[in-house]
Amino acid sequence: MEMPWSALPVLVAFVASPFLLSIINRTKAFFGGRKGRPLLQPYHDIAKLLKKGAVYSRTATPVFRFGPIVGLAAVCCALALTPMGGPGSMVSFEGDVILFAYLFALMRFAAVLAALDTGSSFEGMGASREVQFSALTEVAFLLGISAMAGLTHKISLSGMLGIPVASDGPSGVTVRTLVAAAFFIVLLAENSRIPVDDPETHLELTMIHEVMVLDHGGVDLGLIEFAGCLKLWIMSAVFLGTVLPVRFGNPLGDTALIAAGIGGIAVLIGIVESTMARLRLLVVPQLLVGAGIMSLLGLIVVLG
Amino acid sequence: MASLINALSMLLILTNFRLLGASRLGSCIQTVAIQAVLLGLLPVLANPQMPVRAMLVLAGMTFVKAVVLPTLVRRSAREVQVRGEIEPLIGFTLSLLAGVGMLGVGIAASRRMALSAQYASPLLVAVAIFTILTGIFLIVARKKAITQVLGYLVMENGIYSFGMAYAVHETFLVEMGILLDVWALVFIMGIAIHDIHSAFDHIDTDRLSTLKE
Repeated sequence: MEMPWSALPVLVAFVASPFLLSIINRTKAFFGGRKGRPLLQPYHDIAKLLKKGAVYSRTATPVFRFGPIVGLAAVCCALALTPMGGPGSMVSFEGDVILFAYLFALMRFAAVLAALDTGSSFEGMGASREVQFSALTEVAFLLGISAMAGLTHKISLSGMLGIPVASDGPSGVTVRTLVAAAFFIVLLAENSRIPVDDPETHLELTMIHEVMVLDHGGVDLGLIEFAGCLKLWIMSAVFLGTVLPVRFGNPLGDTALIAAGIGGIAVLIGIVESTMARLRLLVVPQLLVGAGIMSLLGLIVVLG
Repeated sequence: MASLINALSMLLILTNFRLLGASRLGSCIQTVAIQAVLLGLLPVLANPQMPVRAMLVLAGMTFVKAVVLPTLVRRSAREVQVRGEIEPLIGFTLSLLAGVGMLGVGIAASRRMALSAQYASPLLVAVAIFTILTGIFLIVARKKAITQVLGYLVMENGIYSFGMAYAVHETFLVEMGILLDVWALVFIMGIAIHDIHSAFDHIDTDRLSTLKE
């Protein structure tokens, strides 16, 4: 594994991930008959936030300050594990899927601790919801990954997401469809998109993820938003690897292909957000349990 | 063929989960009809060289289960003016989780059953048991009399797919007997629901137990 080439997709992810928000926004604007924000707006937003100072509450302890940093660090580690293109991921070892899943758990844990540390009841409420829903998405994700592992007979992320569809057994299409459907719901839920959460809501009572970051400002908020973009990029790459593990075998071509694919997923998210209303909070667990069931079915087909 | 049967079994499992999670009566009835259509396709896939007579019987049965019975249920629901929401005694999320458990029971049971030679697919046996259990669960865990009729229909679908899985050729004989029973049941339940409704203004079965002579 040559380091320079496997670093290329990671660099692309760093540069291009905020652009996904623009794609989603433009898709929604297209459906709503609006013009949409300038394409580089997310970059301006993050740059503006990074230039600002931060205000800290007197009740907040250093835990609050560590939250965004730990989150960004965790997501960067997950990025290094994510296979994007020909040479696979930067770092890969047997069973790295477990580390991958729990890096996201660590990111969430840091965010939840920081939210609770502010002492605001709203943020406690958001943290509680976030943890409740992620407990269900984690099951769906791990079961889906197990199904993929059973299908491809690989237990590393670059192994199971880089195998061409042609080498699957007869049940390959069924398994990939079920797991992909589950992963898409996980993708929407983990990145707090509609129908689970609305990233643009301004009503604290209905917020989930956004309410946890209400008290963060300036640099911290910039880091959180950037980490959010990277997370969206990573989960889209995993989804893409499940549905269409296509490879050219040429690092440049592969990177371009994966970036284009992730852009397509952003369009898909935009379409979902334009055509669906947000689900009631009580119905969200049903959706997530449904995703878990689809992953479980995939696993049953693989084993049965 | 085997992969198509597997895919159909998957769809059957998903329809069962939809039944367990659906909160509207209309979508429940629709799902039962979809399930009947899927079950109608199954023998054709399992046995493509089917004689024309068997094909006609199959088409007739599918028509009764997918069109006639759902229409009857829908009509009696309209006549007694049932509200569109299903009132569960066990919540929807919990029902889905119970569904996972029932699917597990189905798979465990299908592993232990003796495999006969004329055996369509191991997954199908699990699906059949799961469908029967789903039907029973719907009868027990939903409040209205009308969802109990639906539960019986689902159970009948399960028994049918069980017959499919074990006796690929003689399946219709059993099926037609059961279908007759279900047919009668839907009529009787329709009348019963109507009578309950005209006597008590509601069809909540959990309140019937408080009645005294």
